[in-house]
Amino acid sequence: MEFKTILFYIFAAVTVLAALRVITARNPVHAALFLVLAFFNVAGLWMLLQAEFLALVLIMVYVGAVMVLFLFVVMMLDINIEEVRQGFWKNLPLGALVGGLMVAEMAAVLSGRYFSLANLPPQTLPANYSNTKDLARVLYTDYAYPFEIASVILLVGIIAAVMLTLRRRKDNKAMHSSDQIAVKSKDRMRLVKMAPEVELPAPENKGEQA
Amino acid sequence: MEATVLNLLASILGPLWAPLWAVAKPVWPLIWTLARIVLIMAPLLLCVAYLTFWERKIIGWMQVRIGPNRVGPWGLLQPIADGLKLFFKEVLFPAASDKKLFVLGPVMAIAPALALWAVIPFSPGWVLANVDAGVLYLLAVSSVGVYGIIIAGWASNSKYPFFGAMRASAQMISYEVSMGLALITVLMVSSSLNLTDIVMAQSKGRFAGYGLGLLSWNWLPLLPMFAVYLISGVAETNRAPFDVVEGESEIVAGHMVEYSGMAFAMFFLAEYANMILISAMTSIFFLGGWLSPIGFIPDGFHWMAAKMAAILFFFLWIRATFPRYRYDQLMRLGWKVFVPLTLVWILVVGVWMMSPLTIWK
Repeated sequence: MEFKTILFYIFAAVTVLAALRVITARNPVHAALFLVLAFFNVAGLWMLLQAEFLALVLIMVYVGAVMVLFLFVVMMLDINIEEVRQGFWKNLPLGALVGGLMVAEMAAVLSGRYFSLANLPPQTLPANYSNTKDLARVLYTDYAYPFEIASVILLVGIIAAVMLTLRRRKDNKAMHSSDQIAVKSKDRMRLVKMAPEVELPAPENKGEQA
Repeated sequence: MEATVLNLLASILGPLWAPLWAVAKPVWPLIWTLARIVLIMAPLLLCVAYLTFWERKIIGWMQVRIGPNRVGPWGLLQPIADGLKLFFKEVLFPAASDKKLFVLGPVMAIAPALALWAVIPFSPGWVLANVDAGVLYLLAVSSVGVYGIIIAGWASNSKYPFFGAMRASAQMISYEVSMGLALITVLMVSSSLNLTDIVMAQSKGRFAGYGLGLLSWNWLPLLPMFAVYLISGVAETNRAPFDVVEGESEIVAGHMVEYSGMAFAMFFLAEYANMILISAMTSIFFLGGWLSPIGFIPDGFHWMAAKMAAILFFFLWIRATFPRYRYDQLMRLGWKVFVPLTLVWILVVGVWMMSPLTIWK
């Protein structure tokens, strides 16, 4: 057996186990961390397919950014597992239907008879082949407009998310750094010129003060 | 280099070499890779140890103190003594902590900090893995480093570590954005993701032709990006003045509060290894790596070491100089200053490269 085949089975086995633990782990933080493990192993699988750009971007985007924010939220929430598990039997038929549909569709694609996957020539890539360069060339020439449209849609999504949660509360006491930095010494302190005062002899104290 | 080592081994071992080689040949790639990993890791850990010593000395001098001077001549054995102390201390587990994740935290902090060194070239050909997607690898693996802090903060099941973890995840993601965007301009002008190619691209140019390579490096045409990258690098490693993750006056030591002994030392090692890594990356991306600043002096690893030492000194210098940033100002700097600045500069560099005035051909 070739070494790459052994690697494939290791990555695949860990992916499946981690993915199973994502849905069976009782603690939501553990589940999220198992999802991170699954992402890592999928990145390893893609690396074996010589798709190093996709593999590294998967780690950078999903592991480095998305899952960090996901963990951030999961840690902040105090999720009661028993409550979450209550609807299990009620939701099972619908869930099984969706899951079964996805498995069937994937099997249809992967079995490949109708998609002529078997006709594809086996890839033999030279050692200096750059996946990144090829991807970029196609993305910025043939698919320039779909790429731009997709990025604009994402930008709209970002702005929409910000606007939905933006509430200018009246009772907010947060400080604005820009206002603070813009402050001049004149705004805070006033120098007053006045004639020097002459000290008068203090009036004599009548009786002790308590 | 591989052939030289093999010849050297053969000449040392003499007649013993032939039978030994017959055994070792099938596993030689493994032995060779392991040897190179040790060759990178051992000096790195030594550098980490003496960086802590250097830091204490320099901050001492800047504050008109002497710094550590008791252990060994001029205090030179201080880092060894510190290491021994941490090694023999017991690792305590808080009763309510999540034991498995509590152990995983320090591991996740140190592993990326060491794994990143695989693609760093020290000199032409002196690199563990000369991969084409080197910059992507750096960005991907360095983004994993935040997990160590988050896991440690959550697994401690304690208030201050949790605050530290929350601060860390927000801060490190924010500054990754500006760091990545600053790197895009470097990738544009060197048109490669390979770190060796990025350095070699800086050896060309008008000033390099005059023998003043110093002025052909990326730092001059990309000066704003150099500043953004360096400052983001300080924030990314959670160093002062951006060390709100472990701000002593507010949350004691953040995610490290509950850790002791070697588990604590792992976070410490990771922080300093990351500092050295950021200095190596800055010298590769902006300061011409191993290239000599003046034409007639030969290139070599010594230049890279000198540049890294200068950037490390800068790290220590600003720690001794600036007060800690307030958290909202930190976020403002990242999102409202650096990100727009880098986005505009990407556009400027793009237009510059397309115009007849381009200096990159």
